[in-house]
Amino acid sequence: MSGAGLGKGDELLKVENVSLRFGGVKAITDVSFDIRKGEIRAIIGPNGAGKTSMLNCINGFYHPQEGAITYKGIKRGRMRPYVAASQGIARTFQNVALFKGMTTLDNIMVGRTLKMSSPFFWQLWRHGPAMREEVEHRRFVEEIIDFLEIEHIRKVPVGKLPYGLQKRVELGRALAMQPELLLLDEPMAGMNLEEKEDMCRFILDVSSQYGTTIALIEHDIGVVMDLSDRVVVLEYGRKIADGTPDVVKADQKVIDAYLGVGH
Amino acid sequence: MSKDAADALDTFPKWLAHHASVRPTRPAMRFKEAGIWQAWTWAEIYVLVQQYALGLEELGLKAGDRIAIVGTNRPKLYWSIMAAQCLGAIPVPVYADAVADEMAYVLDHAEVSMAAVQDQEQVDKLISVKDRVPSLVHILYDEPRGLRDYDHTHLHPIGAVIDMGAVILKQGPDMASRIEAAISGGKASDTSIMLYTSGTTGRSKGVILSAGGSVQACRDTAAFDGLKETDEVIAYLPLAWVGDHYLNYGHALVTGFCINCPESPETAVEDRKEVGATFFFAPPRVFEGMLTRIMIRMEDAGAVKRKMFHHFIGVAKTWGEKILNGESVPLTARLHYGLGELLVYGPLKNVMGFSNVRVGYTAGEAIGPELFSFFRSLGINLKQLYGQTEAFLYVTCQPDGQIRADTVGPPAPNVEIKISEDGELLYKSPGMFTGYYKEPDKTAETMTPDGFVRTGDSGFFDKSGHIRIIDRAKDVGKLASGALFAPKYIENKLKFYPNVKEAVAFGQGKDSVTVFINIDMTAVGNWAERNNVAYGSYQELANHPDVYQIIAGHVDEVNRSLAGEPMMAAAQIHRFIVLPKELDADDGELTRTQKVRRSFIADRYAPLVDALYSGASEADISTEVTFEDGRKGKIAARVRVADAKTHPVIAETAA
Repeated sequence: MSGAGLGKGDELLKVENVSLRFGGVKAITDVSFDIRKGEIRAIIGPNGAGKTSMLNCINGFYHPQEGAITYKGIKRGRMRPYVAASQGIARTFQNVALFKGMTTLDNIMVGRTLKMSSPFFWQLWRHGPAMREEVEHRRFVEEIIDFLEIEHIRKVPVGKLPYGLQKRVELGRALAMQPELLLLDEPMAGMNLEEKEDMCRFILDVSSQYGTTIALIEHDIGVVMDLSDRVVVLEYGRKIADGTPDVVKADQKVIDAYLGVGH
Repeated sequence: MSKDAADALDTFPKWLAHHASVRPTRPAMRFKEAGIWQAWTWAEIYVLVQQYALGLEELGLKAGDRIAIVGTNRPKLYWSIMAAQCLGAIPVPVYADAVADEMAYVLDHAEVSMAAVQDQEQVDKLISVKDRVPSLVHILYDEPRGLRDYDHTHLHPIGAVIDMGAVILKQGPDMASRIEAAISGGKASDTSIMLYTSGTTGRSKGVILSAGGSVQACRDTAAFDGLKETDEVIAYLPLAWVGDHYLNYGHALVTGFCINCPESPETAVEDRKEVGATFFFAPPRVFEGMLTRIMIRMEDAGAVKRKMFHHFIGVAKTWGEKILNGESVPLTARLHYGLGELLVYGPLKNVMGFSNVRVGYTAGEAIGPELFSFFRSLGINLKQLYGQTEAFLYVTCQPDGQIRADTVGPPAPNVEIKISEDGELLYKSPGMFTGYYKEPDKTAETMTPDGFVRTGDSGFFDKSGHIRIIDRAKDVGKLASGALFAPKYIENKLKFYPNVKEAVAFGQGKDSVTVFINIDMTAVGNWAERNNVAYGSYQELANHPDVYQIIAGHVDEVNRSLAGEPMMAAAQIHRFIVLPKELDADDGELTRTQKVRRSFIADRYAPLVDALYSGASEADISTEVTFEDGRKGKIAARVRVADAKTHPVIAETAA
């Protein structure tokens, strides 16, 4: 899962002066920041600050009108999300986007699709090289199931699962891609305290065990400050702060944005 | 095998060596890993255990040393027990869900020098109490996740210890003969294991069990139920509990059958289904849980299925047990039951993983007669046994064909039982303990001068020679009127209802009986969902007027049934409270084996007990709760106290 020649702490992704507009609405204005290899990077901000738009730009779903995104030292042109995926960027969604009728196991196996390379002919018959390949992938998926402690729901259709577990399955599917950069869109939204603690533990474990670089959006400030190495704060599409949690916490602009300020 | 040859095998390691030579290719253990069952044969396990033992020896484990075993049922932890026993060291299994504080007490009391544990969670616990357990040097772990960055000076993966032993074993034939000599040098009088009691009545005590006694007891009961090498068990009960050590570990070693370790505690039911367990054990609580889940799912099923289910359960109730007991039953009833087997019982047993069960046992607590009959009527050969850690489990057990819900059966093979003058049950058994560790005064208290062990339970022989247990001797009391009051008897009647998870009865020396009730969140939550009852927490649901009404209905039925038993009729429930908090072992309200600590609860909820007897209709309570991570919080609540209807005594009809 290691990046091409990148060491821990090197710049994995750089966002330079990015602006995104939908017609006349400015979603993001002139935002720059970077994500370093191996870190947990949080993007926070009040509702409508442009956090999800930013994530969508990074994984190629939106195309900013201005600015540039450099990934692993190569400036990216216009591209489709699947290209981003094949380059090692995986994500989860704010509203769980799983295949409800499929089992946990099958949902996570979907995450391996891009890694499957055996000829179509063999895949059709599920024999020979395709079978051998599937066994390999299954082994990898089982490791993830073990890692996320979801053995007991391996064969349960995800539509039947409680929300907290669905979020975990979605994380599993993203991990199945062996991503270099993992984008998490509000991984803890709608969870109770215990589920949040579990999720925090999994995120930290992913970071330490697989060395995956993680960028996450989160509302829960407490969680963000404990979890991340560096935080970038957006407000009305602009960056207002960037730095370690301690620095950001002490920043007057951030306090104003979150607590409101008398005008 | 001749009887003499078998008698020579008087320790578990000797049996291990025996199986490796007579049935080397039979599976000894399976473990579901990465979704696939991995199996080890007896020959493989024997080699692994020898290597492991050599590795432990290299780390400094000697004969007589204690080694703690902490975790769920995993092959490497069972091997830890075997390897320690090979060296003559004493394994001390500890409840994996014990909080660090409880664990520290046991580890320090047992003066363990090493601990073999499951994962990071347990390692963290041990490290946090290390300064209170000065004897502890090495910690071994199975699951490496999260432990990579820990200081590994005294921390070792179990796999690495086995590898270390493998290298030593390769050094020459004298290494193999050394470990074989250690095994064959084991004596029947050696301590085989030390099991800590769950502590229903106070601090847990270390029960010392001898190798010869343990082996003899297991051989007796294995013969009693005809256990053989082709049997399959699923090991899902706590390693530290005598039930797991005896029924799974002990039986496997004297018969050569296979122990299956589930993937995780949550998957045990699914895994049991896959391996098709033939010998099964569960405390009543597990059966209660199963019945609750079945009933909930049937409530949610379509009308046709629901009708069919209730019809055939009715048929089973009438004929099922008679068929199982081999009594004469009319042909039409047999056909009717057969159809039920096809449509309801068979699929139901399959879902519960009972399709292949030949013998099932329940013990640990008295089982509600209705609950017991329900499972037996489906054709599951469920039996009761009565035992305790000090006896190395079996004191009595029911032979096939002589099963009754209200007795625990005649004395187990080679067990001698007598009833003391004040009604206490005393026994002498082959597996009985040799003493409590470091507590000779307690040992002396428990043993009678003529070598019997006091059980602390009161019971009597009935006409057929079966033992009937009334209650813990010190719990059986009298109401102010002098009428008999057996709290557990009443509690068990209440717990038969799926909505009731736990009950605690009071009445000793009082005018009337009152109870605390814990509702079952699964069952009552499901009811709330179906009836659009909104609630935010256990506390809110527990205090809901409709929930009180449901519970009042159950209490009324229990009273009606008590009224039908002249001895118990005076002990009808007069008032009750649904507790605002679930009773929890972390708060000391239950033991680790989930038994209620009645006097502790009475102290803790004293204002509520007062309210039960003062006639008040409401009471305030504020109590401390411990969260899973050890933090503490407070729950304050105003709870209502409800009155129950009592019934006149029903004259005994001709029995």
